[in-house]
Parts: sequence; C-alpha cells; structure tokens
Amino acid sequence: MTAVSVPIEHVLVLAAALFAIGLVGVLVRRNVIFLLMSLEIMMNACGLAFIAAGARWAQADGQIMYMLILAVAAAEVAVGLGLVLQLQRRFNNLDIDAASELAG
Amino acid sequence: MSLELALFYLAALVSLSATVLTVTRTNASHALIYLIVSLLAVALIFFLLGAPFAAALEIVIYAGAIMVLFLFVVMMLNLGRETVAQERRWLAPRMWIGPGILAAVLLLELLYLIVGTEVTTSGTGVSPKAVGIELFGPYLLAVELASILLLAALVGAFHLGRRYMRARREEIE
Repeated sequence: MTAVSVPIEHVLVLAAALFAIGLVGVLVRRNVIFLLMSLEIMMNACGLAFIAAGARWAQADGQIMYMLILAVAAAEVAVGLGLVLQLQRRFNNLDIDAASELAG
Repeated sequence: MSLELALFYLAALVSLSATVLTVTRTNASHALIYLIVSLLAVALIFFLLGAPFAAALEIVIYAGAIMVLFLFVVMMLNLGRETVAQERRWLAPRMWIGPGILAAVLLLELLYLIVGTEVTTSGTGVSPKAVGIELFGPYLLAVELASILLLAALVGAFHLGRRYMRARREEIE
C-alpha cells in the first residue's frame, strides 16, 4: 500500500492547532453541548497525532490507539449527553454554571 | 510539491477553518454541521497518511454515529431563538481574551517543541488486515477493556436517559 510522505512536523502542528482550538472552546463556552463538542475536537486531535506517529513507522499501533480513543469518545458522549438531558430537565437551562450547587 | 501533498494541506486548511467555525457558532446544529465537515477533512488526512481503516472509522463512527447522537439530543432539547441570543451574550469578546491568550501560549510552547524535526512519514500504508492482526493479538486485553468501558457507558446512558424520558412522558400525559 502506498501513501503520501508528509512532513510529520506539519501533521503534528495541525494536531496541536486543533487541540488548542478545542481547548479554547472548553474554556470559553458555557453551553454543555458546545463543551462536549470541544472535547470531541480535542480527542480527535489526539487521534490525529497517533495516526501520524503510526504512519511515521508504518506500524499498526497508531491506528489501534486511535480506535481506543474512539471507544473512549463514544462512551464519553453517551454519558455526557445523558447528563445534558438531566441538566435540561432540572434547571431548564444548559448553562454549566447552573450545576454548581455542590459549591455551597 | 506533488498533488497528494497539496491535498494534505488543503484538507488541513478545511479542517482548521471548520473547527474554528464550530467553536464560534451560536446555533448548536450549525456548529455540528461544521464539526462534521472538519471530521471528514481529518478522515481524508488519515487516508492520505496511509491509514484507510482509521479513515473509514472516522467517517462511520465519528462523523456518523457520534454526531448523529449529538443531533438527536439537540433536537430533543428543542433549543429556540432565546438560546441563540443567550449564546451570543455569553460569547462577548471579553470572555474570549483570557482563555485565548492562555491557549495561545500553550500552543506556542508546543509548536516550539515540534518545529525543527526534518522527518517525513514513511509513505507506506498500514492495511486493515495488519491492524486486525495486531488488534486481536498483542492488544486483545485493550479490546476487552474497551468493550467493558462501552458496556458501562451503555448502562450509564440508559440510566440517565430513562428518568428524563419518564418525566417527559408524565408531562405529556
């Protein structure tokens, strides 16, 4: 199988930039749905870095790590969206700050 | 520069701009559509890097299953115009500055560490067969752990969602 020889530096820069955008999203947004979306962006950026590393050495391990990230992302989204539904039911609002009752 | 390399940079540009648009939208469904575009661009990059199986999974599971789950929840919540206006209020420039600067500093540090390596990717792909042999050989325990994690997530999501659905049903009745 053939593939393109991309400078690995550029792939890693792309992954870092995507991760930073996701991080800004997590820090800035207050709507829980957007928070979850930003988390997905960050996980996807990690997956990209793993795939790049796997492509560097032409080994399957990178893709396997990517699959494990995928499983974690799917599990996180399922539970996270369940919590979003509960948040909407209790507070009629998706503001993450509404759920700070434990702070006293 | 070869055509394939140009394809990589084009896909990178698409994914970066679509991701920026995702984070800055006020309407949740518009943000989701941009996120799907970004994920498709990343899937193209996976394919170019020689990981066709990961590219297929990115489309089928990420852009397909997970995003559809998001879309279902956005539809169930029935977010109206007030939510968009509220999002716009929350997205004032003064909210952006602090986190933006912090994330930019971290990104610059990361770039400082990354830039300067003169290595390219190998140029040979890894076939789905090789991935499968690795996955069910040395990584078998990881597969089992992932399945347990997914089972736990299934039970958790069912438990959390069931009470919501029961409350909704009582409201309707």
